[in-house]
Amino acid sequence: MSDANLFEQQRVNRRRSAIVVTIFLLFFAWVGFGGDLAFNLLTAEADPQEYHHTIPWIGIVATLLALGITWHARRNGPKRVLWATGARELIATKRQEEKVLINVVEEMAIASGLPAPKIWVVPDKDPNAFATGNDKASHIAVTEGLLNTLSRDELQGVVAHEMAHIRNHDVRLMTLLAALIGVITLMSDAAWRTMYVSGRGRGGGGGRGGSGGKKGNLGAIILVLWLITLLIAPLLSRLLALGVSRKRELLADASAAQFTRNPASLATALRKIEDSSAPTVAIGRGSAHLCIADPLGRRLTHKQGFIADLLATHPPMGIRVARLKAMAFQYEQTGVLPESV
Amino acid sequence: MTIVFVVILAAIVVWAVMAFNRLIALKGQTLNGWKQIDVQLKRRHDLIPNLVNAVKGAMEFEKETLDAVISARNQAVKIQADALPTGGVAALAQAEAKLTSALSGLNVVVERYPDLKATSNVAQLQEELTSTENRVAFSRQHYNDIATSYNVLQQQFPWSLLTGFAKAIPVELWEIVDDTDREVPNVDLSMK
Repeated sequence: MSDANLFEQQRVNRRRSAIVVTIFLLFFAWVGFGGDLAFNLLTAEADPQEYHHTIPWIGIVATLLALGITWHARRNGPKRVLWATGARELIATKRQEEKVLINVVEEMAIASGLPAPKIWVVPDKDPNAFATGNDKASHIAVTEGLLNTLSRDELQGVVAHEMAHIRNHDVRLMTLLAALIGVITLMSDAAWRTMYVSGRGRGGGGGRGGSGGKKGNLGAIILVLWLITLLIAPLLSRLLALGVSRKRELLADASAAQFTRNPASLATALRKIEDSSAPTVAIGRGSAHLCIADPLGRRLTHKQGFIADLLATHPPMGIRVARLKAMAFQYEQTGVLPESV
Repeated sequence: MTIVFVVILAAIVVWAVMAFNRLIALKGQTLNGWKQIDVQLKRRHDLIPNLVNAVKGAMEFEKETLDAVISARNQAVKIQADALPTGGVAALAQAEAKLTSALSGLNVVVERYPDLKATSNVAQLQEELTSTENRVAFSRQHYNDIATSYNVLQQQFPWSLLTGFAKAIPVELWEIVDDTDREVPNVDLSMK
């Protein structure tokens, strides 16, 4: 990738991060102030001595909370993601495969001109890898299965792919997204549970009478809208993550080829990762978009077409392998590695 | 009228500062890339005595191969001491290429001793050597990429005006001078 392309990519990622944070804050503000509005309308026509919801403290608390969460996600997101996969940091080792991994990571750091990232090993038999990080430090994590399955050259291709994500600043956006999706999912789960419990509780009580007026109706409508947003938020946030991640994979594949000057070995590595189709148990749904191959082993990733385009976190493996092979072929024919095909 | 003049002058100054900074930034990256090569070459040179010591005992009668490696290494160390991006890159590249071919000669010999290859110490050293060779190659690749953009920028029009000011001079690329790559193999099919 030329300098201009790289800077453009980094700029796009910064802007996307800003958009994601804005949407997240707006969502919390709506959850908070929307709730306030509903309560305000519902209590507006109550007797003067009863409670009147006039100060929008739910909104204020929710917005402040969202600000805190975003700050926390930016700072501790990488640690949380690594912790969730049960990865252990690789510093010094006696095992030959792990020594090779350390060497390969350092080689790729040199090739990309970046400081060497920290290395983590995920105890999982399925081959997979991901990168995470913020503006302070970067991390590359691979599964034990990857170390056992791939040859040295193939491992180099995979590490180069992750290095490219780090260099393009993809990891910052992706990690932020993973952390925020986690929070939204948690909140939505809580909302579902509360609804379920309060639904049962109200069965005997026969509902709350008295708030019949026009304002009360409007309040009820807003309350329903409010609940619906809370319930479908996880789905929407995950769709957002999907749209963000797919194009990046192709870009990172191309950059990996630039680093190693060996597109063919990344292609065979992807094939091997693909062939062991068991899901990577250690890596959950919320951070699926961080990985080199879809860890959930979904069939969608293998298909092309509209639905797959809409829902898969990764482009079809066939397309990625074909592109890399085309690059390898051109490189062999002309001696010049194409930027992409 | 004077205002227009001042605005134009200010614009030129701002542009010149930005262009100057870009040249300086690229110069810094190029020198950094060169330093990285230096580090990796030193690593390579330090590793070779270890490797030679590890295999020496088992390979007394391959003395020539070992001597070739040692002398190529010492030659490379000497040349590395005063090579700079602005001069001496070609000589260093040649010395390192000689060392590479001496090392691959040694590797061929090691392959002939299965017992030696089986010792974990030698296996580890071989991985170290592979990694070191890769590091040298990748740092060279990175240096060449960044040095090329630096050289090109110096020749492009608006920036070329500022090269003297920024003390920017074209740097040498690390060309591959591996003689074995260029040589045409001698094939004799006469079957005498």
